[in-house]
Amino acid sequence: MAKKVIKPVLSAAEAVKFIKPGMSVMVGGFNYGGIPYTLIEALVEAGVDDLTLISNDTAYEDVGHGKLVANGQVKKVIASHVGLNKRTGQLAMEGKLELVLYPQGTFVECIRAAGFGLGGILTPTGVGTVVEEGKQVMDINGMKYLLELPLRADVALIRAYKADRMGNLTYFGTNRNFNPIMATAADYVIAEVDSIVPIGELDPNEIVTPGILIDALVVKGDNYYANRT
Amino acid sequence: MPIELNEEKARNRIARRIAKEFHDGDVVNLGIGIPTLVSDYIPEDIRVIFQTENGAIGAGPAPKEVDLRFIGAGGRPLTVLPGGSFVASDFSFGLIRGGHVDATVLGALEVSQDGDLANWMVPGKIIPGMGGAMDLVVGARRVIIAMTQTTKKGEPKIVRKCTLPLTAKGVVKLIVTEFAVFSIEKRQMKLLEIAPEVTLDDIKAMTNADFLVAEPLITMQGTEEEKA
Repeated sequence: MAKKVIKPVLSAAEAVKFIKPGMSVMVGGFNYGGIPYTLIEALVEAGVDDLTLISNDTAYEDVGHGKLVANGQVKKVIASHVGLNKRTGQLAMEGKLELVLYPQGTFVECIRAAGFGLGGILTPTGVGTVVEEGKQVMDINGMKYLLELPLRADVALIRAYKADRMGNLTYFGTNRNFNPIMATAADYVIAEVDSIVPIGELDPNEIVTPGILIDALVVKGDNYYANRT
Repeated sequence: MPIELNEEKARNRIARRIAKEFHDGDVVNLGIGIPTLVSDYIPEDIRVIFQTENGAIGAGPAPKEVDLRFIGAGGRPLTVLPGGSFVASDFSFGLIRGGHVDATVLGALEVSQDGDLANWMVPGKIIPGMGGAMDLVVGARRVIIAMTQTTKKGEPKIVRKCTLPLTAKGVVKLIVTEFAVFSIEKRQMKLLEIAPEVTLDDIKAMTNADFLVAEPLITMQGTEEEKA
């Protein structure tokens, strides 16, 4: 299904209606930075559950998508580091949450593989560790590599800086992190942005994510962390 | 009788010593804890480019005013120096795995005499996740470990074989503790330097591993710069 050329600008509440129980949701961000806070607030409010959350980390218990975990809306987390959100580890140990951990570089590269049409990636990271368990190890030119498979989602919630109505995006500082890659690897991509400018105002040389990847835009709301990131 | 060193002094000693390992133009990634202190001791006549795995290249000191749009890998606010840049996570880890990072400095729970590293989890405790550590130690050209010689209970952290889950095998090249500096080359550990307040026998008592001893065994570099 082709995406619209001119992207709809939705409220966060309208945008998250695309997320149904049981879906997989990618969420951009690293620690406090680059999280689509306004969209997450709306998703917490909507209470959609049984979600698979694919994100580098699960933020903090009361910050960003950490709230989705604390609120019991997540059945499975795929991440690289969840130590900042005690609730994630606790629920995983109690068997109430399925937790799959990837080395961070592998995590992002598996998402990239999904978004860029690759059948998987070969990485030396994790060889000889628990990460290797259950995975195919390949010997290439005398080096060992793990075969890691693509990681995609039904919906991606990402955070960018400026957008135009065609969905072209720029990023700011370390907020960029996983956002541009996640935009390539989900069926429906919603970008939360600081502002939307007229088409033609963004210099094509500065656009990091071309609008052809984006389905809908949401302007960030008045939220403590959204205001600070 | 365990030899004790004030924690603050120990941490800064380790950081100061590690800072002497770098050359002008080195691209370096610093982990959380003691490694973050290393940037305070870079000699003034060289410029080291600090990379953070969440996408800053050319990271500088913490800003006066916090702006969460500029954070380091531990979530700490940072500045980006003139000439710095931002990249996305795929590019950042491409730089790391691709051998474009000269060194990574990380803490450790255990290091084995042949360079195996365990620094990401303790069985039975809540699992934090490995984050970027496994990629960093596999990809960076040189892995430098900054840690205390023993645990708080006095148990050696340098061991014959790691008992904790590994971060990677055979990756550690240099270990700097508050009492000693060890190199590991071709899976062979060697004691290079010892701190003024300890003897070779003290180091042996605090290390559960086999190692060669450099000749001459010199005093740990940088300890002469410490204020009494």
